[in-house]
Amino acid sequence: MIKWHLMYARARKGARSTVFIGRAGAAAALVLSTLALAPPRATGVSPPSYHTPHNNAGPYAAMAIRLSSPRPSYGTTVPERYRQLMMARFNKALIPAFARKYNLPCSACHTTWPELNSFGQRFRDKGYQLGNDRDAPIWQNPSYWPVAVRTTPQWHFENTTHQPVDAVRGDPTSGTVERTITQQGFDLSGVDLLFIGTLHNNISFGFIPSSDNTGSFHLEAAYVRFDDLLDTHWANVKVGKFELDNLISEKRFLFLSANGGIYQSYHFVPVGDATAFGLGDNQLGLEFSGHSENSYTRYGVSVLGNTDGEVGFAGGSHAYDAAFTFSQAFDAGSLGIQRIGAYAYLGQRPTGFETSGGEPIPGTGVFNKSFQRYGVAGDFFLGNLEFLPLYLRASDDAYLGTATPGDQPLPASARSPKWNGGFLEAHYYVNPQFVFTGRGEFIRMSEQALPSTPSNLGNIDAYSFGYRWYPMMTSRAGLALHTEYSMVKTIGAAPLSGQGVGLPPLLADTPVWSRSLLFALDFAF
Amino acid sequence: MRLGTLRKRFVSNLGVILLATAATALPAQESHVGNLDGHAPAGKKEYRRYCVGCHGPAGDGVGENAQWIDPKPRDFTAAVFKCRSTPTGTLPTDDDLGSSIHRGFVTTNMPSWLPLTGQVRADLVAYIKTFSPRWKQGHGTPIVVPPETPTTVESMLRGRVLFQKMECWKCHGPAGHGDGPSASTLTDSKDNPIRPYNFSAGTRFKCGETNQDLYRVFMTGLDGTPMPSFADNLKPAEAWDLVHFLRTLQPLKTPEAAAWKTWLQTHASTLPPIGPDAQQP
Repeated sequence: MIKWHLMYARARKGARSTVFIGRAGAAAALVLSTLALAPPRATGVSPPSYHTPHNNAGPYAAMAIRLSSPRPSYGTTVPERYRQLMMARFNKALIPAFARKYNLPCSACHTTWPELNSFGQRFRDKGYQLGNDRDAPIWQNPSYWPVAVRTTPQWHFENTTHQPVDAVRGDPTSGTVERTITQQGFDLSGVDLLFIGTLHNNISFGFIPSSDNTGSFHLEAAYVRFDDLLDTHWANVKVGKFELDNLISEKRFLFLSANGGIYQSYHFVPVGDATAFGLGDNQLGLEFSGHSENSYTRYGVSVLGNTDGEVGFAGGSHAYDAAFTFSQAFDAGSLGIQRIGAYAYLGQRPTGFETSGGEPIPGTGVFNKSFQRYGVAGDFFLGNLEFLPLYLRASDDAYLGTATPGDQPLPASARSPKWNGGFLEAHYYVNPQFVFTGRGEFIRMSEQALPSTPSNLGNIDAYSFGYRWYPMMTSRAGLALHTEYSMVKTIGAAPLSGQGVGLPPLLADTPVWSRSLLFALDFAF
Repeated sequence: MRLGTLRKRFVSNLGVILLATAATALPAQESHVGNLDGHAPAGKKEYRRYCVGCHGPAGDGVGENAQWIDPKPRDFTAAVFKCRSTPTGTLPTDDDLGSSIHRGFVTTNMPSWLPLTGQVRADLVAYIKTFSPRWKQGHGTPIVVPPETPTTVESMLRGRVLFQKMECWKCHGPAGHGDGPSASTLTDSKDNPIRPYNFSAGTRFKCGETNQDLYRVFMTGLDGTPMPSFADNLKPAEAWDLVHFLRTLQPLKTPEAAAWKTWLQTHASTLPPIGPDAQQP
């Protein structure tokens, strides 16, 4: 998540000079970078060696050429770029501060942390209150501080095929050849500081500064939540920057590696698409939500800024997005609790901006174009075996799909790109301190924005396997030995996870395999 | 080896196997919560997940968090339970235990485990019963809660008299604030300090929310605490009167509170005081 955020941030920064759609254009630059479509005359991209024309510009290079900066700037040096792209996923929420506050073990709220169980879900829905008169700060020892820290020292191995590298090491003018990039060694994740608690009875807050592995912080979340308005669980309001109420949370799942540590479906946009949005990205706005007494029935309606969580109106316009979630759980006796739900996200992104000196002015986006994400998800238990399926249907407006400014004509035959995504994740809980994990995920383009684009361009297959062992389970802190192997295949594009050099292959129809092996000590206090 | 010898050996071995199977198949501790059957082996796993931090691996209430908790976690090895539908001194029913897990205990660290499945709660009840041999004698017979008498001001006034007469005020305070003259001296059966219920806090009762739950508390007592059973001292109608009066002490929107408030507007000055200075009726 951090890495993805940084990639976006870098891309946005690198695209500042792009008069086209500002931040959205930067995002387009990012996704275009997955194409290996660097136009021969592309300018302003560093390092210069990556401007070397490839032989596979192909028929869909046209849309790349529409942007002045089709590739994101990954920084000024290769090592820096590698570092940014290699960070293992992080920013997953578990909060031992609550365990300390309530004297409950991690396993009370988590199937295995950080994933919530039904009790933890209700606790969260109630604004981090148990309702046993121990919630308000006045009950706490004055020395209690509602903060938790999580980080993950690790050793990891990354391998990505079909990556363009300089033909002669150190010589950016020597041309580009394909190689498999392999990296390995000891490393660090970022750090999450999770300040979450209650300000007063039925008023809770969250504040999560999050850093990458160099200590560069950003504000991942910051919100205030008013619980039980009108004295009912069905009316709660949250304002600020927060995670969407996804039935299957990417913030609290059991994968950490660079390739496995994201849900591809939550972040995918087609090659050449300018939509800056991720279902897994924290968003800025207001959420109205409610739940039944046991949280078996839940709903959420959100009105969100259209900046994909970026502050300062970056990339935004006067339009707003809307998100809807609903889920219902059932008590299936000894099998456990079964939950099924649906979600929809209706958004708009600007395709042009007012400018000053050629620079886009934040928040002045115009020519808004729409996009949709919707689908169903579930959380099913067969005793100790848990299944988490998700289906996604998505489409973007043709202008967004082709990265065309709204005041300009669309390319011939341009249409809305559409795609399907989904995954099936499984956990087997040997006990509250040991879990095996696995996931298979697939994204298939059903309609490219341009008919001339290969139908499978951008398709993704992703697989992850692993286990987590929690040698201790207390109400004070948590430690997990995390082992994970993940691999992602992307057709003709850089893996969404951005491993290796994070660039597309020289041939557009080449499947790029990116693999991660991670051994980590995941701890939280 | 002769066939007869083989047959005898086979029968002998079979007998050993059957005996061993029978031994292992002896019914483990069971529970019956509602229409669900709970099983201790399954409950052990859930206990480890949810309960062990406070109640401890041996169920003796000395989990790793116990030292930080007040009131202390229940000691299941003593098998003494506050919230019961059964007479004082007897064991609660499985439904009583299941209800306690479902409801949680206000003003303690025990939360409501409502989101767990009913089966998990039933399994936990079964496992909790493995900690004490007392459970071999079986639980008590639930008391009968008669139909509630009409909620009238007269009933509340009679309850107010009983509040004075039964000396409830000595612990709970004249106004129900939990600040009676004896409050600071109270201890539970393990000599831990214990506070009487503060009606003015407005929270639900420890053993339930309804008038029936409150009635049950009078008539069964809270075992292990200074709160006795009044089953031998109060008639059912009197207990209902007391319930109606106690409801007026809570800052809640109850029928009793509404009727009492209206009545007080014109009759407050006629009420005799409650406490040590009050005249016994």
